[in-house]
Formats: sequence, C-alpha cells, structure tokens
Amino acid sequence: MIYWQLFLAFFIPGILGYGGGPSSIPLVENEVVGQYGWMTSREFSEVLAAGNALPGPIATKMAAYIGYTEGGIIGSLVALFATVAPSILLMLLLMAILLKYKDTPQVKNISNNVRPVIAILLGVLTYQFVKDSIVSTGTLYTLILVVGSYILMEKVKLHPALVILIGLAVGAVTGIIQYGIH
Amino acid sequence: MVNPVVNTQPEAPLPSPGKNSKTHLHLMIAFFRSGILGFGGGPSAIPLVHQEVVKKYKWMDEEEFSDTLALANTMPGPIATKMAGYIGYRVGGILGGIIALLATVAPTALMMIFLLQLLQAFKDIPWVQHMSASVVPVVAVMLAVMTWDFIKKSGSSLGWKKAIAFLAGSLVIMEFLNIHPGILIVLMILIAFIPERKREEGTS
Repeated sequence: MIYWQLFLAFFIPGILGYGGGPSSIPLVENEVVGQYGWMTSREFSEVLAAGNALPGPIATKMAAYIGYTEGGIIGSLVALFATVAPSILLMLLLMAILLKYKDTPQVKNISNNVRPVIAILLGVLTYQFVKDSIVSTGTLYTLILVVGSYILMEKVKLHPALVILIGLAVGAVTGIIQYGIH
Repeated sequence: MVNPVVNTQPEAPLPSPGKNSKTHLHLMIAFFRSGILGFGGGPSAIPLVHQEVVKKYKWMDEEEFSDTLALANTMPGPIATKMAGYIGYRVGGILGGIIALLATVAPTALMMIFLLQLLQAFKDIPWVQHMSASVVPVVAVMLAVMTWDFIKKSGSSLGWKKAIAFLAGSLVIMEFLNIHPGILIVLMILIAFIPERKREEGTS
C-alpha cells in the first residue's frame, strides 16, 4: 500500500529529525533511496538541489514532490501531512509541560545527543554524492565542481541557490559542447 | 492581581468573534510571505516569521516568540512548519493553524512539483542529463558544509572526547551494523534523560 509506505517514509524523519528540517534530509534519503528504492541517490540529489534552489522549507518541498511522483496528489498530501503533523501535534500537546522544563539539562541534551548521529548521516550522504558524481561525470570534472562550489559558497559567500544555478549553467555549456544540442 | 489571566495563559486560542475571517486572512498573508521569501530552507524563514508575528501583526511579544522558538527547537521536524502551526493555532484556532501551515508549505511545494516535472520532460537529452549531473557535486559541498557544522556543534556542546565517541559509535552502528538511524536516535534521546552523576552514585 503506497500511501501507508509514503506515510511511514516521511513520518519517521518528521518525528526523528531533531535540529530542524535539514537534519531530516539524510533520514528521508534513508527511507526513499535505501528502504523503498523509489529513487536512485542521483535522482535524490537532483530533488535536493531543486529544494535548495527554491524558497521555503526544504523537508516539506521534498515530501510534496516525492509523494507526488509515487502516489499522485493524494500521495503528495500524505507525505506532507506525515512530515509536518506529528511534530506540530507534539508541540501543541507538550507546550505547557515543556515551557516548565525547557531550561533543564535533559531537554537541552536531547538535541545535543542526536546531533552526532545526524552528522554521520550527512557525512555518509556527502560521500555517496561525491562517489556518484565521479562515476557519472569523471574525477576531474567532479573535483573542479566541488572546489569551485566550495569557494563560491564559503569564501565568496554566494547564496546556495545561485551556486546551484551556476552549476546548472556550467553543466549545460559543457554538456552541449560534449554531446551537441540534441 | 486584577486580571491575572488575560495575557499570561497562552494555551487556548484567543477568541475574537467577528474578527475571525480577517485574522485568518492576515495569518495567510503573514505565513505566505515568510514561506515564499525564505530562501535556503526553513530556518532562514524564522526572522521573516518574527517580522510578521511580532513586528507587523503583534500576535506575540518578543519574549513569547523566543520561548516558542526555543521550544520548537527542542522538538523534531521542520522548524518553520512547527512555528506556523503553533502560532496559527494560538491566533486563530484549529482553522488558523491549518491556514498558517498551508500558507507556509503549499506555494513552494507546488513550485517544486512543476519545476521537477518540467525537468523530467527533457530528461533523455544527453546535455540535460549532464547538466543535472553537474548539480550533484554542488549539493555534495552543501552537505559537507552542513556535516562539518554538525560536527563542530557536537564538539562544542558535548566536549570533543564525548563527541568523537558518539560520532564513531554512530558510524559503526548505522553503516557497519546497518541498524536503522531511528533506533539509534531513540536511544540517544533516552541517554539524555540519564544523569551521569546519578548513575555513578547508584553503583556505589
């Protein structure tokens, strides 16, 4: 049952992604690519790039799109619901209790303890993307793009959306040179 | 002591009959704007939400807003939608919560679907394939930067010794033992509630 699978695939990252939307990205990848095989990690990286280039929360855009490709409009709604509803309900229910305990070390420790797990998931995802890129476009080309986008993002401080657009432009030009326009 | 309940109990939605439809319209405008202008993911929308909620519509004061944000941060899931759902509910009841939430996610979700569908249509042309392949390394760099941020924050909040132990442990458990990240995260949450001192005292 695709709707149930979509619900689970986005419910788990929604309820476990401590530290905001970005921390749920590797958890979504784990379900969508690893668990259900709806996408290759290459396709996932394209979705992630589009999510980064457009405004608004990344996790919900990814949920809407992946839900749509797997289960149409209803699938899209199911994935969106699974991403946002559990944490909002939790927040509404626990607000009164948490207001009292928000400064206790236990509550603060939750995010601190979960952070290393997310770091590893992100690191592994980075490694996979670099490996994929080397396989599909070659080592030298990947290296140039990695170094170039690092400089643009971290040294020149360009907005990530712009760096993605530059990556697309470079890819289009070198692609047309290599394969022709058709 | 005269009216101690009016502004101090943020639990129930504030009833404002007659103003409701206008409030709902304002919620929609406020969260639509902060959703569509927040480039770079949910967290970048937070200052925009603050602008609308505290400065423009005065639904919350500074302190309430920062309390809400602090709490939203201790909860899992996207920050922007938690803020929208909660503030919407506080200001306009259940309907208000749903409106604020939809205004935050729906416009950009639709943009995303249209953009990627368009890309799919031209997918088989070799240079288009090469173009989309060229985005992979860019995304890899973004993820690498995020990874490093998370590692640095782990180091400063847990201390480097503990952070490295947790990082190495996570790597082994998830990548070599192939245990689902969810199980590990639940375990880490439980560990947060075991005070270290108490454990030592318990054994002595």
